[in-house]
Amino acid sequence: MVLILQLIAQGAQMALVLLLAPLLLGFTRKVKARLLRRQGPPVLQPYRDLLRLIRKEVVLAHNASWLFRSGPYLIFAATWVAAALIPTFATDLYFSWTADLIAITALLGSARFFLALVGMDVGTAFGGIGSSREMMFASLAEPGMIMIVFTVALLAGSTQLSEVAEFMVTHVTLRVSLGLALVGLIIVALAENARIPVDNPATHLELTMVHEAMVLEYSGRHLAVLELASALKLLLYISLIACIFFPWGLAPFGSGPASYLIGLASYLGKLTVGGFLLALFETSIAKMRVFRVPDFLGIALMLGLLGMLLLFVSRSF
Amino acid sequence: MIGALLHRLPFEPVTAILVIPAASAILLALLPGYRLTARLNVLAAFLTFLAALSLLVERPAPGGYLFVDDLNVVFVVLGTFVGFTTSAFSASYIAHELEIGRLTPAYLRFYHAMYQALMFSMNLGLLANNIGLMWVAIELATLTTVLMVGIYRTHQALEAAWKYFILGSVGIALALFGTILVYMAARPVIGEGHDAMVWTSLMEKSKDFSPDMLNLAFVFLMLGYGTKVGLAPLHAWLPDAHAEGPTPISAVLSGLLLNVALYAVLRFKMLLAANTAAIAPGPLMVTLGLLSLIFAGFMLYRRRDIKRLFAYSSIEHMGLITFAFGMGGPLANFAGLLHMTMHSLTKSAIFFTVGHISQVKGTQKMSEIRGLTVSHPLLGWGLVVGVVAIAGLPPLGIFMSEFLIVSSTFAREPLLALPLVFGILIALGALFLRLSDVAFGKPTGSMAPVKASRLPFIAHLALVLAAGIYLPGPLVTWFQNVARLLG
Amino acid sequence: MDHTAIDVAHMLAGGMVLVSFMLLYQDRMFGLLNVFALHAFVLSLSVAWQAYIQNAPHLFITAFIALVLKAIIIPVALHRVVVRLGIHRTIEIIGGVGPTMLFGMGLVALSMVVMLHATATADPLAREDLAFALSVVLLGLLMMVTRRNAVSQIVGFMSLENGLILAATGAKGMPLVVEISVAFSVLVAFIVIGVFLFRIRERFDTVDVEALEEARGERL
Repeated sequence: MVLILQLIAQGAQMALVLLLAPLLLGFTRKVKARLLRRQGPPVLQPYRDLLRLIRKEVVLAHNASWLFRSGPYLIFAATWVAAALIPTFATDLYFSWTADLIAITALLGSARFFLALVGMDVGTAFGGIGSSREMMFASLAEPGMIMIVFTVALLAGSTQLSEVAEFMVTHVTLRVSLGLALVGLIIVALAENARIPVDNPATHLELTMVHEAMVLEYSGRHLAVLELASALKLLLYISLIACIFFPWGLAPFGSGPASYLIGLASYLGKLTVGGFLLALFETSIAKMRVFRVPDFLGIALMLGLLGMLLLFVSRSF
Repeated sequence: MIGALLHRLPFEPVTAILVIPAASAILLALLPGYRLTARLNVLAAFLTFLAALSLLVERPAPGGYLFVDDLNVVFVVLGTFVGFTTSAFSASYIAHELEIGRLTPAYLRFYHAMYQALMFSMNLGLLANNIGLMWVAIELATLTTVLMVGIYRTHQALEAAWKYFILGSVGIALALFGTILVYMAARPVIGEGHDAMVWTSLMEKSKDFSPDMLNLAFVFLMLGYGTKVGLAPLHAWLPDAHAEGPTPISAVLSGLLLNVALYAVLRFKMLLAANTAAIAPGPLMVTLGLLSLIFAGFMLYRRRDIKRLFAYSSIEHMGLITFAFGMGGPLANFAGLLHMTMHSLTKSAIFFTVGHISQVKGTQKMSEIRGLTVSHPLLGWGLVVGVVAIAGLPPLGIFMSEFLIVSSTFAREPLLALPLVFGILIALGALFLRLSDVAFGKPTGSMAPVKASRLPFIAHLALVLAAGIYLPGPLVTWFQNVARLLG
Repeated sequence: MDHTAIDVAHMLAGGMVLVSFMLLYQDRMFGLLNVFALHAFVLSLSVAWQAYIQNAPHLFITAFIALVLKAIIIPVALHRVVVRLGIHRTIEIIGGVGPTMLFGMGLVALSMVVMLHATATADPLAREDLAFALSVVLLGLLMMVTRRNAVSQIVGFMSLENGLILAATGAKGMPLVVEISVAFSVLVAFIVIGVFLFRIRERFDTVDVEALEEARGERL
C-alpha cells in the first residue's frame, strides 16, 4: 500500500513538471511583456503552440540522418528524467535516491551533447554556429556547475538532492560560500537556458542566436518535443535553485497529504517568484556580445571555486 | 662622576636621542637659508651623538615602549656617530649642489627636515621595546628616504624612488603581517593588549609560544625586513636608490638603514631562538646571505656607475653579515656584529669620497673618472684606502671580521666555506679592477680643487684601521655578551 | 561567540576576497577606482563588525577612518587626478585576465592552507580572519605585479594595506598598530597621489610605468 502511494507521489511529480513547464514559460513571457507595457500572449499560449506543432507535418531535409529524427526524443527524455528527479513538493520520493546532483549534471550534459549533434546534422551554417557557440559556453558552464555542486555537497555532506534540501532546512546559516554558490548557479542557469544576457530566446537573427540556431531545421512534432524540452530545462533550473537554496515548505518523507499540499503550494509560489524575477532581470539588462560570454561564465567558475575554498576556512565548526 | 653629571640633567638621554632629531626636523623645515640650516643640522646630529654616548655610561630601565640593552646601544652609538659625520659631509656636499642648481632652496629645507626625521625614525626603531613601534619607525624611515631619493626630480631619480617606494612598501607590509602573527602567537600566553607586543616580555615567554605560528611569522619578517636589508632576490631597489639619491643619503642608507633593518631581523631571530620547538632561523639566513654575496659579487663586474658599484658592494656585505648571523654561535655572531660596525664606517667613508669625486668630475660614470690619485690626491688615496678596507684586506677592520666568519664556517660547516670564500674573492677582484681604473692612470675630467670635508672620511677610516689593529678590551667583552644573547 | 556573529564576520571578510578578485578583473580606470571604493567600504563594514563583537570601541574609529578616507576621499581624489592628467583609461593586464584569476585562486588556496595549518592553536575567529587577510594581501601583491600603470599599482598597494588592516583588527586586542597603520595608509596615499603622479606626469607625459623603463639606470 505504502509502495503504491510512493509510486503515485513520484509519478505525480513527473507529471507535474511536465505540465507546469509550458505554464512557467507562458508566465515569464507574460510578465516580460507587461513590464514592457505590452499586452503579451496569454499565459496558456505555449500549450496551444505545442498542440499546434504536434498536429503539423514534419518537413525533413533530404540528408537528415536517423540521429536528426531521434534526437529530439533523446533530448526530451534526458531532460524530463532530470527535471522529474528534483524534489519539487516533497523530498525522499521513491526514486529520490537516484537524484544525485552529479547525475543530473550528466543527464543535462548528454542532452546538450545530442542537441549540438543534431544542430550540425543537416550541414547548414546556422546549425554549425549554434552548436559551436553552445559548446563554447558549455565548456565554461559545466566546470562552474561542478564547482557549485562540490561547494554545496561539501557543505551538506552528500550530493543527493533530498539530503541537501533537508540539510539546508535544518542548518539555516548565513554562509558566504552559499551566497557565492547561489550567484554562480544563477549565472550558469542563465547560460544553460539560453536567456538574456547569454542568448535571446525570442530572436532568429543569425548573430544573436545560439539555442534557436540549433533547432532551426526542426518542424512539426519534433519541434514540439524540443520546445517542451527547453521549457522543462528552465523549470529544472528554477526548481534546482529553489530546492537547494530555498528549501522551505518541502514535505518530508511519509507525511500526510496536507503537508504535500503545502509543499505543492510553496513550490508553485517559488516558481512564480522565480519566473517573475527572471522576467524582471531579462528586461533590465542587454544581451552580451558573444565573446564576452566566456568572461561571464568565468565569473561563475570563479565564484564556485572561491565558495569551495572558503568552505575550508570555516571547517572548524 | 659622569653618572652624577648625567643625573643632574633635567631629561633622560633616551628621550633626548629622540626629541632632538624630531624637534630639529620641524625647525629645519621652517628655517630658510642654507648656512644656518646646515650648521643646525650638524649641531643636532652632534647633540644626538652625545646623548647616545651617555647611554654607554648609564642605562635607564626598560620601559613599555623604549629600552636599551647591549645589542641596540652599539647601533645607537654607531648610528648617531655616522649621522653626525654624514651631516658634516652633507654640509659641504649640498653647498655644491646648490651652487650648480641641482637642488633648489625650497627642496633644501625639505632635505634637512627629512634628514633629521630619518635620524629620529632610525633611533626610534633601534630603541623600541614594542614590536609595533619598531615597525612604525622603520616604515617612517622608509618613507623619508623614498622622498629624499627622488629629490633631484630627474627621470632616473623618479624611477629609482618609485621602485624603492613599491618594493620598500611591500616589504614593510609583509613585515607588518609578520608582526601581527607574532602578536597572535604571544596573545594566548601573555594576554591581550600592549604587553603582548613588548619585546622584553616576548623574550621571556617565547618558549611557550606556538612554534608553527612563530615559524610563519619569521618567514614573513625575514622577507619583509629582508627587503629593506637588501638581500637578493629582494634587492632590486638598492642600486637605483643609492645611485640616484644625493650621496649623503646613499651613505646613510648603506651605513645605517640597512643595519637597522638587519637589527630588526636579529631581534626576531633571538625570539625564535628562545623557542626550541620552532625551526632554526639559521639556514634561511645562511641561504639568503650566501645568495646575496655571490650574486652581488658577480654583479660588481658589470657596473659602470661608481655609486652603483658600491651599492652592490653593500648588498654583498649585508649578505655576508646575514650569513654570519645565520651560522650562529659566539664566534660568528661576534664577527657579524664587528662586520656591521666596520661596514657602516667604511661604506659611509667611501660614499663621502665618492660624493665629492662625482661632484668634481661632474659624472658618476667610472669610464670618465680616471687618475684620481694624481688630480685629487686626498680624495683619490682616501678612496683607495676605503676600497682596500671594504675588500677585506688587512690591517683594516673588515679583514678581521671576514677572517672570523670564514674560520668559524670552516670549523662548523666546511662545505659552506667554499662558496663563502669564492664570493669574497670575486668581490675583491671586481673592486680592485675598478679601483685601478679609477684611482690610477692618466687623470681625465675636471681638475678643479674641491671643497671637500675631509674630517668625516678620515675619521671613519682611522677608526676602521684602529679596529683592525687593536680592539679595546671592553669593546670585545661587549660584543661577546651580545653574541651570546644572539644565540 | 555565537555562530551568527562569526558567520557575518566570515561573510564580510570573504566579501573582501571577492572584491579583491573583482579588482583583478577590471580593465578600465574608473571601474577600478569604483571597485576599490567598494573594497574599502567592505573593509570598514568588517572592521565595524569586529569592533562590535570584540567590544573594542576604538576600532569603530578605524572603521570610520577607513570609510571616509579610503572609500570616499581617495577614490574621488584619484578620479580627479585621472581626469586632470588625462591618463589612459584602459589598463593592460600582463598575462591576460584568465591566467591571472587562476593564479589568484591558487594564491587564495595557498594562504588558506598555510594560515590554517600554522594557527592551529589560536581561536577560530581570529585564525580565519587572518587566512582571509593573507589572501587579500597576496591578491593585492598579484595586482601590483601584473599591472603596468602606476595608478593601478597604487590601487593594488592600497588593497594590500586593506588586507593588513583586516589582519590587525582580527588579532584581538592589538594595540596602537591599528590606528597607526590607518594613519600611515593615509600618509602613504597622499604622498603617492600628491607627489609622484604629478612628478611622473610632468616628466613623462604618461603614467605608464613602462615608460620609466627607458630611464632605468643600468640593466640589473
